[in-house]
Amino acid sequence: MENLGGIFNPSSPEMEAMAGLTYYIIGISVVILGIIVVAVTYIIIRYRKQHGDNSEPFQNFGDLRLEIVWTLIPIAIVAVLFQLTCSTMRAVDPPIGDHEPDIVVTGHQWWWEIYYPKSGVITANEVHVPVGKNLLLRIESIDVIHDFWVPELARKIDAIPGHPNHIWLSASEAGVYLGACAEFCGTQHANMRIRLIAQTEEEFNEWQKQELVIPQTPRAGLTGKGAQLFQTKACMNCHTILGTPAAARIGPNLTHLNKRQTIGAGVLTNSPENLAKWLADPQKYKQGSLMPNMKLTESEVKAIVAYLEALK
Amino acid sequence: MSTKIPLVPENIKPLPALKENEGMLSWVASVDHKQIGIMYLLASMVFFVIGGIEALVIRIQLAQPEFDFISPEVYNQMFTMHGTTMIFFVVMPFLIGVGVYLVPLMIGARDMAFPRLNALSFWLVIFGGILLYYSFFTQSGASEVGWFAYAPLSEKPFSLNKGPTYWVLGLLAVGISSVASGLNNIVTILTMRIKGMTIRRLPLFVWMILVTSFLLVFVIPVIASAFAMMLLDRLLGATFFTPAHGGSAILWQHFFWGFGHPEVYILILPAFGIISEVIPVFSRKPIFGYEFVAGSTVAIGLLSVGVWAHHMFAVGLGNVANLYFSLASMLIAIPTGVKVLNWVATMWGGKIYFATPMLFAVAFIIEFVMGGLTGVAIASAPIDWVVTDSYFIVAHFHYVLYGGSLFAIFAGVYYWFPKFTGRMMSETLGKWHFWLTIVGFNMTFFIQHFLGVMGMPRRTYTYQDFPYWGSMNLVSTIGALILALSILVFIWNIFVSLRSGKEAGNNPWHAWTLEWATSSPPAVHNFDLVPPVRGRRPLWDLEHPDTPDEPNAKVV
Repeated sequence: MENLGGIFNPSSPEMEAMAGLTYYIIGISVVILGIIVVAVTYIIIRYRKQHGDNSEPFQNFGDLRLEIVWTLIPIAIVAVLFQLTCSTMRAVDPPIGDHEPDIVVTGHQWWWEIYYPKSGVITANEVHVPVGKNLLLRIESIDVIHDFWVPELARKIDAIPGHPNHIWLSASEAGVYLGACAEFCGTQHANMRIRLIAQTEEEFNEWQKQELVIPQTPRAGLTGKGAQLFQTKACMNCHTILGTPAAARIGPNLTHLNKRQTIGAGVLTNSPENLAKWLADPQKYKQGSLMPNMKLTESEVKAIVAYLEALK
Repeated sequence: MSTKIPLVPENIKPLPALKENEGMLSWVASVDHKQIGIMYLLASMVFFVIGGIEALVIRIQLAQPEFDFISPEVYNQMFTMHGTTMIFFVVMPFLIGVGVYLVPLMIGARDMAFPRLNALSFWLVIFGGILLYYSFFTQSGASEVGWFAYAPLSEKPFSLNKGPTYWVLGLLAVGISSVASGLNNIVTILTMRIKGMTIRRLPLFVWMILVTSFLLVFVIPVIASAFAMMLLDRLLGATFFTPAHGGSAILWQHFFWGFGHPEVYILILPAFGIISEVIPVFSRKPIFGYEFVAGSTVAIGLLSVGVWAHHMFAVGLGNVANLYFSLASMLIAIPTGVKVLNWVATMWGGKIYFATPMLFAVAFIIEFVMGGLTGVAIASAPIDWVVTDSYFIVAHFHYVLYGGSLFAIFAGVYYWFPKFTGRMMSETLGKWHFWLTIVGFNMTFFIQHFLGVMGMPRRTYTYQDFPYWGSMNLVSTIGALILALSILVFIWNIFVSLRSGKEAGNNPWHAWTLEWATSSPPAVHNFDLVPPVRGRRPLWDLEHPDTPDEPNAKVV
């Protein structure tokens, strides 16, 4: 069942609670549907008009006792369902109190900015978390409404401009959990994907340490040419690279791009070849994306790719 | 005796005389409720085909992962226009149209209370439809922000094309039309009933139209004012819904769903009405628990205006609000369950004749219960957090709107077609239509429940090749093609039956409500003589003078 994903592979205590409730309610629903189907099937077979029988059946106008019974039964079912709803809600969404968020996720058209306020790390589309820790996430949006959804781990929560939200998130086991934006947010809503990477405490700390490194800016050779192009070709108007004047936050922070698994919030796997394809024509892979085709020549693309790959 | 001021004034200017055989003009200039009703049905049929084609385009694009049939912009236009069309230009005009045609006949009246207003309502729908579809011919095409048009995506900085403006204008026209026809229905039902047709004897279809009309009058102004605010935002630079300038994105959602949820009941209550007429007639028994079926409708109507934020559980309104809206939404299951059980009890002990209207009515019960049960499940906020904005929701509301509203609409068309046209529809083609619909509909939508809980989000023009996603979507697409075939059979059936259907006579189904007492199609003035109304089933009383429904009823 695990490879079906979503509700079939709940991987956090919160998701287990929600999946359990869902199974329970679906179970009750199947029983109710079954009763109706059996009753209707019986009626279809038993009370079908016989050929040639034109008499009228007994005219029954109703029965008050039956009406009371089948009003009370649904009331009882609703009462049980409501009680379960309350308890599950308490388990999934406890009050945040005065906790400070561990991670701030900001939705952009069409990518995610991931910020760790305690360490200062800023990355994009890939959320690294230590396994087993219950983390508080703050969900914001810079433009339109998005929704942060990692189906195997947590509830959906909208990212709304001017209305920050919080959720608790944890991952019981190490691994990569895929997610996506779940609120329609424009042309490339489909390609606004999330990778949640759950790792051991040591791996997580090591990753965080590397992310904080401010790389040397190359001065010579192909990488040096790339660095220069990055500053002159308008890349820096939208992107940040630590240690350079490029500090804009319109597009993803590219300082440690070479350690990420995908490009364009999930449209391409991250490799030098794919990065070159992406830079040559981002609109081909993500039509409508806010990254324009910069009309770079082949050699310019090569240089910028070399530069971005060399940042360590 | 003091002279009473009549609620419905006499026409100062006489209504245009209805001469038969005047060709197109007699339709375009008509204020006759029957002609207007038929025009409503034809218009909704045309929009149904358009909306259906949009649905097929959507399903073809999703047939395979990473498929390249249409661009993301076109896909987003397709699902926006599909939803808008089906809700505002197919199901609403159909149900209002059937109501306009049948309500005066069922209560023994000559016409609606305000015939000219009735015509205005109809033409405003057409006008709105033209405005909406004209947007396809503007520079960047139709609206691509969804039928819910969430701000700020639908606002100026993020949607610079003209699509959403035309969308708002078109729907404003439809909104005015809906309020007008709601008022018209309310006044007609409350003041124009024939002697003996007390409120407690109203046919259930009329009851449901009455409750629906109150909903129209109360909730359409909510969205109409929100539309006006959005127009101000888009055209004059107001900032009601733009957080960057001090507006609120969530406010739009409250307005939209404050209308949008009661709208669901506007789409389903008249459908309940159709089912409550069809099932008794084909079971040869009166409706079981008339008072409970009527009363539960009122309960649903009242509850429906207090549950809107169950569409907003992911917004982060806080657990107190979420709990209230969970409970209120679950409560709707109670009156709805009462209705379903009363329909089943009506069939129990009957002598059921399975003509096509009854096939659709019985299938309606099963399919609607499916949609209703998933509806109760997602009323629970934690379940909603799992499945909202996923394909589970797409499956859920198609079970309610197709398996519910449209199945009832099909039942209604097969049931009243003889009255509308004087001819029977073909039973053979009707059964083809029915079985193709059952197979196609369930194939398209049942599997989407699973896609949803596996994590497939809605409104995405493409998806990655995760295990089984491709094959499950392909099944859904094939189902949609079968469904399209069933619609072709349905339209073919209408054409064939219009030309060469069997003569119907006044009352082919041996039904009991007043519309069956007049000729088929009814004369311009509706009735030569309305039979006396001494119970809920005037034609039963007429046929069975020894065992009338209300033996002690006063003779008027």
